Amino acid sequence: MAGGSTSGGSVKADTYAGVRHWLLAPSWLVLLTVVVGPLCIMLIYSFLTKEFRGGVVWEFNLAAYDKFFFDRGLFGDEAPRIEWTYISIYWRSILQAAIATLVSLLIGFPTAYFIATRPTTSRALWVFLITIPYWVNLLIRTVSMKFLLRDQGPLNAFLLSTGIIDQPLTIVNTDVAVQLGLFYSYLPFMVLPIYAAVEQYDHRLSEAAADLYASRWIALRRVILPAVKPGVIAGCILVFVPSLGSFLAPDLLGGARNFMIGSLIEDQFKGQAGDWPFGAAASMILLSMVLIVLIVAARRQARAKAAGGEV
Amino acid sequence: MNTESPIAIDVRDAVKRYGEFTALKKISLSIKDNEFFTLLGPSGCGKTTLLRMIAGFEDVTEGQIYLYGDEIEGLPPNKRPVNTVFQNYALFPHMSVLDNVGFGLEMRGASKSDARRRGGEVLELVQLSQFAKRKPSQLSGGQQQRVALARALAPQPKVLLLDEPLSALDLKLRKAMQIELKHLQRETGITFIFVTHDQEEALTMSDRIAVMSAGELQQLGKARDIYERPHNKFVADFIGETNLLEVSVDKIDNGHAICHLGGGHSLTCNAVDGIDVGTRVHISVRPEKLFTSDAPSGVESLKGIVKENIYLGTDLSTIINLDEGPDFTVRTSNSERGNKRIFEPGAQVFVNMEMGAARLLVD
Amino acid sequence: MSSSKTDVRRYPGFLSVTLLCLLVLYAPLVIVGIYSFNASNSITSWDGFSLRWYAEVFTGSESEKFKIAAWNSLFIAIIAASCATILAVLAAMAIIRGGQFRTRQISQGLVSLPLMVPEIVTAVATLIFFNAIGFSRGHMTIIIAHIAFCVPFAYMPIAARMQGVEDSYEMAAMDLYASRFQAFCRILLPLMIPGIISGFLLAFIISMDDFLITNFVKGAGVETLPTAIFGAVKQGIKPNIMAISTMLLGLSIIIVSLSYIVSKFDNTK
Repeated sequence: MAGGSTSGGSVKADTYAGVRHWLLAPSWLVLLTVVVGPLCIMLIYSFLTKEFRGGVVWEFNLAAYDKFFFDRGLFGDEAPRIEWTYISIYWRSILQAAIATLVSLLIGFPTAYFIATRPTTSRALWVFLITIPYWVNLLIRTVSMKFLLRDQGPLNAFLLSTGIIDQPLTIVNTDVAVQLGLFYSYLPFMVLPIYAAVEQYDHRLSEAAADLYASRWIALRRVILPAVKPGVIAGCILVFVPSLGSFLAPDLLGGARNFMIGSLIEDQFKGQAGDWPFGAAASMILLSMVLIVLIVAARRQARAKAAGGEV
Repeated sequence: MNTESPIAIDVRDAVKRYGEFTALKKISLSIKDNEFFTLLGPSGCGKTTLLRMIAGFEDVTEGQIYLYGDEIEGLPPNKRPVNTVFQNYALFPHMSVLDNVGFGLEMRGASKSDARRRGGEVLELVQLSQFAKRKPSQLSGGQQQRVALARALAPQPKVLLLDEPLSALDLKLRKAMQIELKHLQRETGITFIFVTHDQEEALTMSDRIAVMSAGELQQLGKARDIYERPHNKFVADFIGETNLLEVSVDKIDNGHAICHLGGGHSLTCNAVDGIDVGTRVHISVRPEKLFTSDAPSGVESLKGIVKENIYLGTDLSTIINLDEGPDFTVRTSNSERGNKRIFEPGAQVFVNMEMGAARLLVD
Repeated sequence: MSSSKTDVRRYPGFLSVTLLCLLVLYAPLVIVGIYSFNASNSITSWDGFSLRWYAEVFTGSESEKFKIAAWNSLFIAIIAASCATILAVLAAMAIIRGGQFRTRQISQGLVSLPLMVPEIVTAVATLIFFNAIGFSRGHMTIIIAHIAFCVPFAYMPIAARMQGVEDSYEMAAMDLYASRFQAFCRILLPLMIPGIISGFLLAFIISMDDFLITNFVKGAGVETLPTAIFGAVKQGIKPNIMAISTMLLGLSIIIVSLSYIVSKFDNTK
C-alpha cells in the first residue's frame, strides 16, 4: 500500500505503536463479529432453502438467485424466461437514486460553493444550518415531508390559495415524491464534501482565469470544477449509495406502486413474503452493486492521484 | 584539545536505517561536557535524526550512544536525563506556562507545589515570571520559545537538545535569542546540542560544529576551523560564500601545488594529502580574502575584466571574469572603501591574494 | 471590499439556490412543528393554537407505549454510544498514533465499514446472524447492533481531533519524564475531550434515530421511539405523532448544538 498518508494524517506519530494491537482488538472483535461475520453468514444464507414461517432449511442450492433472475412458471416446470419483476425493481431503484443524486448535485453544488466562499466567521454557522436537518431523525423528516406533500397538505393548500393551480397536485405515492424524499434525506452528504473541497480551493486560480479572459462560468467549468472534482465525486457517492438501499423514503412516500430495493428486502424478513434466502440474495446483489460503485470510484481516485501527484 | 573535560555524549558508529533508506551512515562523534555543540547541515542530512536518537525518540539501528559513559540505547525518552526544546516548542496548550515548566519536575516525583516553586525560579531565569498564569497561546513566539527553554531546563538535564528552536522567530529576535542562549548555556553549565541548518547561527553560537550531509559527518571542529579550513567541497560551499573552482594539478613542489584554472591562469596553494599531479580537484577562495588593484600585487595575481558590482550594504561584491577563465567574486568591506578604488564594469583589474588564501579540497 | 463585479469568487444565483436549499430542508420540519400546536382533531385544517396534543402524548391512550419506547431508546443509545466511543478512542490511538503497520489501512476500512454497507444490508445481516447463532431478539440484540453501527460515527470526530493534536506534545511529555500512560492521561486525553464528547453525542443521536436496523433485530414487543412512531404512522399521521416528532426534533437540535459548541470549545485559551 503506497504511502498510506492520504487519510491517516501524519503516519510518523507512533506513540502507541507498542500497544496498537491491544488498542485495535476491541473494535476488530466487535466489527468482525457484528458486521463482517454476519455479512458472510448472509452470503451463506442466500444459498440455503427457505422455510415458510421465515428462517431457513440447511440445504444448499441456487434457488434464491434463480428466483431473482428467472421465471419458471407457477409450478417451476416451465422453460426459464427472464424474470423482469426484480430486475426492474433494481433498475428503478438505480434510476431513482441517480435522479436524486443529480438533483442533490444541482442544488448542493451552488450551496456548497456559496457557503465555502463566505467569510470564515459566518461559514461555520452556514454549515451548521445545513447539517442540522441531517441529525433530525430520518423517520421524522420523511413523515414531515409526506405531511407537507399530501393532497390536502399545506403545500397544495398554499398553491391553491395563490391560484397557481386549481386542482391539488398528487405528489405522494409518485416517483417524484420518492426522489424528493431521497434528495431531502441525503442532501447534506452532497453539500459537505463539496464544501470541504471548495474551501481548499485557491481562489487566486479563478483570478488568474479571469485575468486570462475567461468568463465566470468558463472559469467554473474549466478551473474550479476540475479542482473540486474529488469532492463532487465523494458527494455523489454519499448520496447515491444510501439512496439505492433506502427504505423509509420509498416506503412512506412512494407507496405500494413504487417499490424499491429496500422495501423488497424488508418484505422478505418483516413483511408477507418471508423468503429469507431470497432476501439474503437480494441483499448480496445490492451489496455487490454498492461495492462496484465504491471500488470504481476508489480506483479512479487512485489513478487521478497517480497521474496528477498529490494535491 | 582539552582532554580533562569528560565526554557528555559519545556516539559510536551509529547507523539509522528506515527500511531501504539509510538516514545515518556510521556516525561517530564525542560531545564534551559543558560544551555548546552544533549539528549543522541542510535539511535531510540526518542531524535531527541523530538528535532524536539521543533523546530516545528513534532507536539506533547499529552502533551505540553513551551518556556520560552509560549506554542509553533501549531506554525510553522518559528514562533519559536529557531534555529537548522542540522546533515548534510543543508547549502543552491546555496548561498554564507555570504548569508547563513544572511538568518535568512533577513527573520526576516532585510535589505539585514544589514543581511550581522551582518552575517559578526557572521562569525567572528566562524573565517570564509575570506570564506564569497565562496559557501558551497568549504569548508571542519569542516568549513561547523561552518557555520551552525554561521547561526543558527546569528538571536540570545533563544534556539539553535544541531542535532548530529559533527557526520560527524573525531575524532580529533570532539574533537576540542566539546571544541569550549562549549566555544561558554558560550560566547553567549544561551541555547544549543545537541543531540548525543556518550556518551563520552555528558560527555565532557554537564551541564546536559538526557539519553533516547526506547522513555523513563532513567535518567536526571549532567555528573558525570550519570556515577557514574546510576539509572538502561540501563544507567549503555550505559554510559562507566562496569561490569554488574546478582545477587540475600541474605540479607538486615542496609542499606547494600549482593548479591550472583554465585560460592560461594558474594558482599556487598548499598541497594536501591525497592529491596527485594530473587530478582534477576543487579549490576554495573566500571572496573577502581577495582584493583588486590595477597592477599585480600580493603573492598571486590574476588578470581579468570587471563584470558587475553588487552593493550589499556592508560590503561591495565585485564579479570579475578572468581572461578566457572562470569568474571570481571579490568582497570589499565598505568601511575601507575610502582608500580603495572601485572598478566599474569593463575595467581591467588584477585579482590578488596572499599565500594560503586558496585552499585545495578533497572531494 | 470588492464589488460583485470584480469579485471572481461570486456567482450570481448561488445565494438563491442556497436559500432554496435551506427552504426545502426546513419547510417540512417547521410545518410539522406548527401543526403540532393545532387545536383541531383533523390534521388538515388549522383550528387555533393548543397544547392538547402534547398533553395527549403524556397522558393519552398511547402514552404508556411511547413512554416505554422513549426509555428504551434512551437506555440503548446511552449504552451503545458509550461503548462505541470507547472503541473509537482506542482504535483512533492505534490508527492515528500507532505508526505505520500492515493492518493499519484494513483497520481504518473496518472501522468505517458500517458507513459503506447500505443500512438495509447491515440490518439483514445482523438479523440473520442473531438467528444463526440462536440469540433471542430483545434489548441486547439492539444494543450490540447499535454499538457496531455507531463506531464510525464516534470515530470520525475523535480521529479528526486526534489528528489535530500534534504528537510532539506527547513526545515533549515523555521527554520530560512522563511514562506513556502519564502522557496519555495528562496530555492527549485532556486535549481530546471536545472530540470525544462530539463523538459520543453523534453516536448517541445515530442510535436514538435508527429505525431500520432496530426494526430488524428488535424482539417482539420491544419498541424504540422510531419503531413505535413508524408503527403509528403506518395507520396515518396523527397530531400526537407530530407533537412527539417536534419534541424529538428539539432534542436533536439541542444535542447537535451542544456538539457544535463543544467542538468549537478550545481548552487551550
